[in-house]
Amino acid sequence: MKKDRRDFLKLAGCAAVAGVGSSTAFHSLLRGEAEAAGLRRAGTKKEKTGVRLGMVIDIQKFLDDQDLARRCIRVCHQIHNVPEFGNPKDEIKWLWTDRFEHVFVKDTHYRQAQHLQGMPVLTLCNHCDNPPCVRACPTKATFKKADGIVGMDYHRCIGCRFCMAACPYGARSFNWRDPRGMDEHGRSFIRELNPDYPARTMGVVEKCNFCSKRLAQGKLPACVEEAAGAEAMFFGDLNDPNSEVSRVLREKFTIQRRPSLGTYPSVFYII
Amino acid sequence: MIEKAFQGSKGYWTWIACLLAVIAIGGMFYVQQWNYGLGITGMSRDVSWGLYISQFTFLVGVAAGGLMLVLPYYLHNYKEFGRITILGEFMAIAAVVMCLMFIIADLGQPMRALNVLLHPTPQSMLFWDMVVLNGYLALNLICGWAILHSEYKGVKYSNWVKPFIYLSIPWAISIHTVTAFLYAGLPGRDYWLTAILAPRFLASAFAAGPALLLIIALIIERNTLFRVGQVAKDKLVTIISYAAIINFFFLACEFFSAYYSQYPSKMYTKDYLFFGLEKDGSIFNNLVPYMQASVVIGLIGIAMIFYARSKKSDLLLGISCGLIFLSLWIDKGLGMVLGGFVPNPMGQVTQYYPTIPELGITAAVWATGFLILTILYKVAISVKLEKEL
Repeated sequence: MKKDRRDFLKLAGCAAVAGVGSSTAFHSLLRGEAEAAGLRRAGTKKEKTGVRLGMVIDIQKFLDDQDLARRCIRVCHQIHNVPEFGNPKDEIKWLWTDRFEHVFVKDTHYRQAQHLQGMPVLTLCNHCDNPPCVRACPTKATFKKADGIVGMDYHRCIGCRFCMAACPYGARSFNWRDPRGMDEHGRSFIRELNPDYPARTMGVVEKCNFCSKRLAQGKLPACVEEAAGAEAMFFGDLNDPNSEVSRVLREKFTIQRRPSLGTYPSVFYII
Repeated sequence: MIEKAFQGSKGYWTWIACLLAVIAIGGMFYVQQWNYGLGITGMSRDVSWGLYISQFTFLVGVAAGGLMLVLPYYLHNYKEFGRITILGEFMAIAAVVMCLMFIIADLGQPMRALNVLLHPTPQSMLFWDMVVLNGYLALNLICGWAILHSEYKGVKYSNWVKPFIYLSIPWAISIHTVTAFLYAGLPGRDYWLTAILAPRFLASAFAAGPALLLIIALIIERNTLFRVGQVAKDKLVTIISYAAIINFFFLACEFFSAYYSQYPSKMYTKDYLFFGLEKDGSIFNNLVPYMQASVVIGLIGIAMIFYARSKKSDLLLGISCGLIFLSLWIDKGLGMVLGGFVPNPMGQVTQYYPTIPELGITAAVWATGFLILTILYKVAISVKLEKEL
């Protein structure tokens, strides 16, 4: 008899806890909280807080002006003292073009439009919202800033290259040799040194930083400025509904690189 | 106790001299690397980890493998392992030292290595790997040395050592688990992104570590009066063969999920490693002979080790352990790390070939490990023989 009563009390207790729990869950569902929680990473919540910088690249505009990409890359690499080693093994790149099917990996795509195959697409660091490189770095040499930029501290990097293994976009480069050196013909790897930006040492990782130094001066990223005339690139605060980048994203259909990986890139492409 | 390392036969000193020569040559290559940068290696933008990190990964397994000797003796009071437990602990010391050296050799800025401690980053698996590896080194130094020293003095080891011994058991598993987590937590690297990676690492570790130890024990038996004992050898054979079988079972599981699902990104690397990957009209297969050999050699080794035990043949036993060790070395010390990079997440293929300086530095680190192992084993065996004779 005694045992039965205890069992009954236990059962009642469990039921009460479950009941309380379920009713709260039910209410939060009614209020739409569950949906908001589920989509939080997709940016619905983020829209309300702070600046989140992003970029839109219009691929068609780069097709119309075949030289535009080269000009953007040149200005980017020039102001950031990106060295040219002249071989793919040591190569360092912040902004570069790659074939469409490499940038948007879809081996299983049956009969994709022919003109897309081999089409050069401008690519750079995606400044992910959930960056695997930042998670991997053991020294906080790569970090995510409040405005969404994934930054690099060249002076703290130990050169373990874990971030390179972690980045699914191949956006990170390593200084396999001294970028301030010279090739066998006595030519500097940094063609024209820009004293306003540090040159790197050997043994550190580097990548695009969305021109954070220019942004601090109130300027646009160098590539966006170069492409401004062609209206090929847009840059701004994704969380500000009135920004140009938000307007473009509202009006145009855009895609992102490898969205299934859950990294939430801040670079969007108009096809 | 350490004085035992300075008394040896001509053969002992020749061996030491050979190791020192390899270390010296590798040291010169390291100076070259220091001046030129890691560009001196075969690594590239696409394959950003090479021989150094793959050797590190394999040797973490060898270090963890020492557990298979420590655990039965201390936890299950399996007396037959009493004579070789110390060999397992000392092997772990040598292996972890090699691991740390490979990490340092792989850093672009080795002078900044302490940044990992100055800016501890708990979300980074590399931080935890540093913690567990150094911890494991300390644990084995403490346990190994304290136990051998009490044996030297002819007394039982003190009770304060016991907690360290017990701690070292789960710690051994942690070093290889965390090392697997370095790889298994990265998006876009489909060869590594598998929950079975840590179990796979442990299975290969528990075969490779004891296999190396058994080979060394047989060499010691041939050259000294030290005897491992038939029962201990038989038990080791059981451990090695079952771990190796489980390792191949796990490999088969990986093959099943890739090829039965027909999931492309899961198949590409296995194609590249085991069969050759066709891409844009050319076939990339520079690792295929090694990886196929790894499977064949490993299976032959497993069959042979059972035969060797039934025949009680030490020569066959040594050869079969050598085959198993070689098989696992190819699989983990070569294919495992390179497979994560080829093809790259963009589907492009860059093949990797180590350079002469890279091979020289790698050989030097191995030689350093064997030097440490030789000295530690010399001390341990001298102490043990002195007490017995």
